[in-house]
Amino acid sequence: MVRFLEQFINGLSVGSVYALIALGYTMVYGIARMINFAHGDIIMVGAYVLYVCKSIIGLPSIVSVIVTIVFCSLLGITIEKIAYKPLRKAPSLAVLITAIGMSFLLQALSLLIFGANPITFPSVIKVSPIYIGSITISGITIITFVVTFICMIGLTYFVNNTKAGSAMRAASEDKPAAELMGINVNRTISMVFAIGSALAGVAGFLYISQYQSLMPTLGALPGIKAFVAAVLGGIGSIPGAMLGGIMLGVIESLSKAYISTQLADAIVFGILVIVLIVKPSGLLGKNSIEKV
Amino acid sequence: MEKKASNNMNLKNNKNFNKKIIAVVGIVVGYILISLLANGDLLSRQFKSLIVPAGINIILAVSLNLTVGFLGELSLGHAGFMSIGAYTAALFTLNMNLPGPLEFMIAIVLAGLIAGLFGYLIGVPVLRLRGDYLAIVTLAFGEIIRSLINSFKFTGGAIGLSKIPRYSNYTWVYVLVILTILLSYNFVTSRYGRAIKSIRENYIAAETIGIKVSRYKTLTFAIAAFFAGVAGALYSHNFGILRPSDFDYNKSIEILVIVVLGGMGSIRGSVIAAILLTILPEALRAVNEFRMLLYAIVLIIMMLLRSPDLRAKIEENEKLPKFIKNFGKIKEGGI
Repeated sequence: MVRFLEQFINGLSVGSVYALIALGYTMVYGIARMINFAHGDIIMVGAYVLYVCKSIIGLPSIVSVIVTIVFCSLLGITIEKIAYKPLRKAPSLAVLITAIGMSFLLQALSLLIFGANPITFPSVIKVSPIYIGSITISGITIITFVVTFICMIGLTYFVNNTKAGSAMRAASEDKPAAELMGINVNRTISMVFAIGSALAGVAGFLYISQYQSLMPTLGALPGIKAFVAAVLGGIGSIPGAMLGGIMLGVIESLSKAYISTQLADAIVFGILVIVLIVKPSGLLGKNSIEKV
Repeated sequence: MEKKASNNMNLKNNKNFNKKIIAVVGIVVGYILISLLANGDLLSRQFKSLIVPAGINIILAVSLNLTVGFLGELSLGHAGFMSIGAYTAALFTLNMNLPGPLEFMIAIVLAGLIAGLFGYLIGVPVLRLRGDYLAIVTLAFGEIIRSLINSFKFTGGAIGLSKIPRYSNYTWVYVLVILTILLSYNFVTSRYGRAIKSIRENYIAAETIGIKVSRYKTLTFAIAAFFAGVAGALYSHNFGILRPSDFDYNKSIEILVIVVLGGMGSIRGSVIAAILLTILPEALRAVNEFRMLLYAIVLIIMMLLRSPDLRAKIEENEKLPKFIKNFGKIKEGGI
């Protein structure tokens, strides 16, 4: 029972990181109707920026984290402007291939700058663990919960209660109509990319605190898994991404503990396939009717 | 009137006949050239060892082009099908004791069939999906196949298989490359090929004129997977060792880069790009670290050049040379 609870809490913590990443996917998909394959690699960039700020330049932890988040959101805006904006009217195949190219580009650049060997990077979080009975909850897990909780509350408030948030929802519903209402759609899309990438930056910080080893490919797998989470929860739906992320984290960590470590990935992707076959709109997604 | 028509028919038949003769002569000359390259002193050992990989890449790229270029659906799991073929063929030749060429031939056919079967099985559930979702599911299947191979005992787990007989040589590869190109060419110029191209252009319109979209999609998936399996069989019998990590997501992307560079919907382009992208990394050993960067830039630039906005700008400005205008356009009708 203790083992189960520990694995469950572990799953919740991994899952909340997935949820943060999935939010970026889901928001971008909602407004731009594209899978941003480079999203996972923004996590990797975030982790490296944090490493450069903290270990090489020697900035204080809080400043490093803020620099990381700002850098990631600027990177997100730049990628959108350079690679995705010219293709807004292009077929989805072209956009998808560009996004894959962007993901490769980020990996290749970090490979050239930092090399292929993993760099160890001690966690910047220094919080002592909590003991409840015989269960230990590490400091990183607690910080992960707190940070993701704040981000999700903030994002939900922003999307539902602010003017920029309703512009975002309007643009994802119907771009030409939103434009007629005086919404600057280009700026709204940039803003979505900025927020999504900032969340990826936060996820990068939490992820690297947990795994403590830097590699140019570190973002690829969590990126794809977070995408699975977004699809599971219903792509385009913000609460869906949160639910999907946490569910996926718990499923992954339990199947690692009780079934097989090697098969955990296969199980995660199997879930994606099953969801897409049974209910392609996901758990909380809306069914969309296709018009000719 | 009638006479004229029959004359035209004759002319057309003659033309086709001439084309066929040219093709046969071309294939024979090609084989002589390849054997000269492989046995003569023109190439260093390093480049001779590239003949088989180049052929494997041609088969992979041409088959992926069927799904990406002609059907218009992105498949990110091509390396997965290749790995199924590679393991099937390797396990067959390791466990059978037939004479070499016969054994290899059966292994290749078996590899293709099993990979094709998986292509079909994957095609069936993803029928309802299109575009982004389909791409993600193919990616997921590729990863599932890899982690299953990684965890099974009979595939050797993460260590993989070794001591596979090294049957692959330039003759096998050449024959199979030619077969792949001919079969793919015939497929895309046939009634089936026209049907899948119409699905690419507008699937709703295709459906309304009675084309069974799902059937053609699964068919294309299965055929592409078949050839990927054949390529896998050649791959496993080339170096004699197999590891699950050879068939990761990056391998699928590498094949995609070849297809995109050669031109989506152009078989000739895939062949040229496959040869180019096999030789270039070896020839430019000094800049090997830049290979990934090069791939990434190829993908992005090729797609940006196709963007409607940029094209409109280019077409307004008549001063640009003609070849840039046609650059990266999906070829209509032709191969």
